[in-house]
Amino acid sequence: MALKGLDIFKLSPKKNCKECGSPTCMAFSMKVAQGAVSIDACPYFSEDAKAALNESTAPPMKTIKVGTGDHEYALGGETVLFRHEKTFVSRTRYAVTVCSCMDDAEIDAKLAEIPKVDYERIGERMFVEMVYVNYAPAAGKDRYLDLVKKAAGLDRVLILGCDDPEVAAEAVALVKDTKPVLNGANASNYEAMNKVATEAGVALGVQGADINELYDTLAALEKLGNKNLLFDVGANSVKEAFQIAVQFRKAAIKDSNRTCGYPSIVRLDRLCGGDKHLQAALLSLFTMKYGSIIVLDQMTYAEANPVYGLRQNVFTDPQKPMKVEPGIYPLNGADENSICVTTVDFALTYFLVSGELERSGVPLNLIINDAGGLSVLTSWAAGKFSAGTIAKFFEEQKIEEKVKSRKLVIPGKVAVLKGELEAKLPGWEIIIAPNEAVQLVKFMKELTA
Amino acid sequence: MPFTAKSGKFNAKINTVEVGTGDKAMKLGGENVLPFYTFDDAIENAPKVGIEITDGGLENEPECVRKFYEGCVTVADMAKKAVTFEGVDFLSIRLEGGDPNGKNKSTEELIQVVKEVADAVDVPLVVCGCKNVEKDAQLLDKAAAALDGRNAMFLAAKEENYKTVGASAGLAYKQIVGAESAVDINLAKQLNVLLTQLGVDSKMIVMNAGTAAVGYGFDYVVSTLDRVKAAALSQGDATLQMPIVTPVASETWVVKESTASEADMPEWGDVEERGIDMEVETAAAVLAAGSDAVILKHPESVRTVKAMINALI
Repeated sequence: MALKGLDIFKLSPKKNCKECGSPTCMAFSMKVAQGAVSIDACPYFSEDAKAALNESTAPPMKTIKVGTGDHEYALGGETVLFRHEKTFVSRTRYAVTVCSCMDDAEIDAKLAEIPKVDYERIGERMFVEMVYVNYAPAAGKDRYLDLVKKAAGLDRVLILGCDDPEVAAEAVALVKDTKPVLNGANASNYEAMNKVATEAGVALGVQGADINELYDTLAALEKLGNKNLLFDVGANSVKEAFQIAVQFRKAAIKDSNRTCGYPSIVRLDRLCGGDKHLQAALLSLFTMKYGSIIVLDQMTYAEANPVYGLRQNVFTDPQKPMKVEPGIYPLNGADENSICVTTVDFALTYFLVSGELERSGVPLNLIINDAGGLSVLTSWAAGKFSAGTIAKFFEEQKIEEKVKSRKLVIPGKVAVLKGELEAKLPGWEIIIAPNEAVQLVKFMKELTA
Repeated sequence: MPFTAKSGKFNAKINTVEVGTGDKAMKLGGENVLPFYTFDDAIENAPKVGIEITDGGLENEPECVRKFYEGCVTVADMAKKAVTFEGVDFLSIRLEGGDPNGKNKSTEELIQVVKEVADAVDVPLVVCGCKNVEKDAQLLDKAAAALDGRNAMFLAAKEENYKTVGASAGLAYKQIVGAESAVDINLAKQLNVLLTQLGVDSKMIVMNAGTAAVGYGFDYVVSTLDRVKAAALSQGDATLQMPIVTPVASETWVVKESTASEADMPEWGDVEERGIDMEVETAAAVLAAGSDAVILKHPESVRTVKAMINALI
């Protein structure tokens, strides 16, 4: 049950000392109740009062950290069900699966393929962050341990899929410093698995024959004091996997059922029957609806380009526009003599405009201004995209040194800037583009014909 | 102690809109739960998948799609072939060639194509315009007349031309009117209100609340659809209870992930695979956000998206 601000205020020191950053204890208590600040920000709250409050002020969904260093990822910790309500905080992470049941050639091919997808998109590195290492009892323990060592060489977070506590203990011991996930606790082995995971200090993935058994096993592990958990949505059917992912997330966030408040593991490698396009579809579905780690048979650029774009869209702060880096972007093999086209750094504008410009096939230098990540008209209205800011940006970026062309195309929506720009950028011919990006192909072709 | 979940069933429902006639007619909408939440309540009408062809025929298609239409000469031939692909619920003909900034084909020429296509198939039909509001007003008006009695869907009436499209398709010929707005819940609502004020039956309206390829501002699409569904279902807002139809193909087959050749982007690999996955992943995402139907281009995408829907419903 979430506490009200007043309940917290009753336990507060009532000193109004402002050391927490809030003007009064009352204001501080209200913020704590909303989850906006941690109660630890107040140095005077008594330990007893904190303990009493901690349980009820804890976020509905745990944040589980896996991996180390540059490869440390926070999973879960969400506070809303829809991105427009606040912000999704922990991106879905993707894993590709290898299994000790595969032959050496297949394993080598898979491990060699994983690092191939690695690129940057709007300032974010896109790559496969995790490797799922599956244990096949028939292939034996030694083969599995060798595979774990081999997979560790990729420098990705490992998920050890193994439900044999003895094998799991040895596998975890090999890589425990890299903070892997151990996925394999179930109704019959959870006590032993719990011991392996807690002793090594790694997060434990929990499985169940159905939603009830999964829930009971999570509850049993919590009773043993382990709250460093994830749950595996299983491989019975796509329908059931989706149900578990959605119902657990809903129960945690809407109904404060903390036993459900853990990140999920979605095993698409076991749910798609080798249908790679179905896997692509479900990859997108579970990125939208509540997959924390999605395990795949493969991740090539075909799957990656769309899904990383989707993830970047879904997990941005809806109140903060996505920005691209301001600067000169030469398109279609442009050089210093190619015509210049300018617009703002709002990611959506950039993508639409650069897409159309690329389709025109005309070599040009696209100059992206620093307009605070706002769209053309919004930034113009806010004074962040004016003749003055454009001229200043040209000076800062030394555009006139980098480009020899003195033709500049400006967005049709700010045609009004033409006169002032001609005054501020002497020597430049200012050309007005159409209002809409879709008209650019025809316009650019005619302009340079 | 077993897991008990509170039901997420709503008291309000999305309107049920029937498109097409006879055995092949399909029902869109009708659900009182969020997309694919069958554990909250049964979803009577699964989301539908349409296949898109254009007036430009074969030469207008990406190379990887062309091979599926081998032997087709006319657009009507393509229509006949298209409806035989696995998973197709309906056919969409996009009159791209009408664009005054493009080929600028005459309305008469395009309506002739629509008639031929309609005569060739008996599945529910969707006619999409060329995205130019003035031309679309003419095109969709004449197309609604030409398809009288087919109970077809027309995409789309926009703020600028809803009077002509609504009066023709909605009032004169009692067909289904698509209301298209640009990823904004308020604009979507306003257009629905305007159309109903014009006299169009609200049960004969479907929405295209805006779309994009994933990665291309898709955040707005997700939030618009999430909010439309929330308003329609949890707040019972009757002006937003229209089923949503999302044309996906026309967005995904133009982005560079789907078009850049292997020669230009060798590390990206096979261009057909990229095109399919872009279309499939975008379609899955709009369905997850609340679309009741998607319009796709590649037969493999249609099969895949249909398989996903069947696995979830």
